[in-house]
Amino acid sequence: MIKSCGVDILGMHIPTLAPEILFYILNIPVTNTIVNAWIAIIIFLIIGILIKRRLSLRPGKLQNFFEFIIETLLEYFDQVTGDRKNTLRFLPLVGSVFFFILLSNWLGLIPGTGSVKLGHVFILRPANTDLNLTVAMALTAVVASHVYGLMTVGILTHLNKFIQIGTLIKSLRHGPIAIFTAAVEMVVGVIEIISEAAKVLSLSFRLFGNIFAGEVLMTVMTSLVALFVPTPFMMLEVLVGLIQASVFAMLTLVYLTMATAQPHGEESH
Amino acid sequence: MEHASIVVLAKAFAIAIGGMGPALAIGRLVAKALESIGRNPEAAGKVFVPMLLGAAFAEAIAIYALVVVFTLK
Repeated sequence: MIKSCGVDILGMHIPTLAPEILFYILNIPVTNTIVNAWIAIIIFLIIGILIKRRLSLRPGKLQNFFEFIIETLLEYFDQVTGDRKNTLRFLPLVGSVFFFILLSNWLGLIPGTGSVKLGHVFILRPANTDLNLTVAMALTAVVASHVYGLMTVGILTHLNKFIQIGTLIKSLRHGPIAIFTAAVEMVVGVIEIISEAAKVLSLSFRLFGNIFAGEVLMTVMTSLVALFVPTPFMMLEVLVGLIQASVFAMLTLVYLTMATAQPHGEESH
Repeated sequence: MEHASIVVLAKAFAIAIGGMGPALAIGRLVAKALESIGRNPEAAGKVFVPMLLGAAFAEAIAIYALVVVFTLK
């Protein structure tokens, strides 16, 4: 990995692409993005324990608030999946991805991020400005979509979406035009495999690019004028954080829904 | 021009030109979405999610440009 302590231009400390290493635990580098990610995880842990302890049919203020958020989320998810059963099935994965990204984006806007130093490096840096984290989440999302697809529609049907030998064999009974169509679909299936890799690429780089650009923007703005000028950009970043979290979650949900849907052409024409 | 400055120029042009298409696409997308919400305000909730997904797919093109920028050495 690139080992550097940021670039200093005109007194501004522009964050580098790679996160900066704070210290080592058993030769495993601990970066400043990990610190932020763990803060988010601990906050979720505390909220979870608090709600679990006072869980009741007559919800208190905290439980009521989170029930409201979950219900709003479910309504949006229903629009993508079109089925409450599927929504509830994917909620544990997609919902936690959404909340984690949202909170870690917003944690990056708290004063202290990119300004409090330990030695030569900043302690806090938004978790999603680390490409390792976003790639990990994108890989999990895409792999999970395949696992769910395999479990729901069966191994052969799922693989037939990519290597369409089954379609080719079926078409042999329907004459030359059907065989030609099946051959074209086979090529499309190969392209489909490439598009799976593109999914990981675009998911991870979208989140990374947006949040990293936001962090650089904030750094530049605060070092130009410290007062009032960064405020509208802060507002923009709050919005970007929410939108990127929902885009990541929605796309994950779309991939999951597409993978678990019965492929078209299965039913008789 | 030496290699380093050509690379810097290439990076700048890659993201500038690569960002132009998706910017137009997203602008058009949101304009259409707003237009449809203006015609039928009750559809706002239903238009929002497909619009967001469409914008995400349009934005993916800009991300490919960003990846190219990162890989240029």
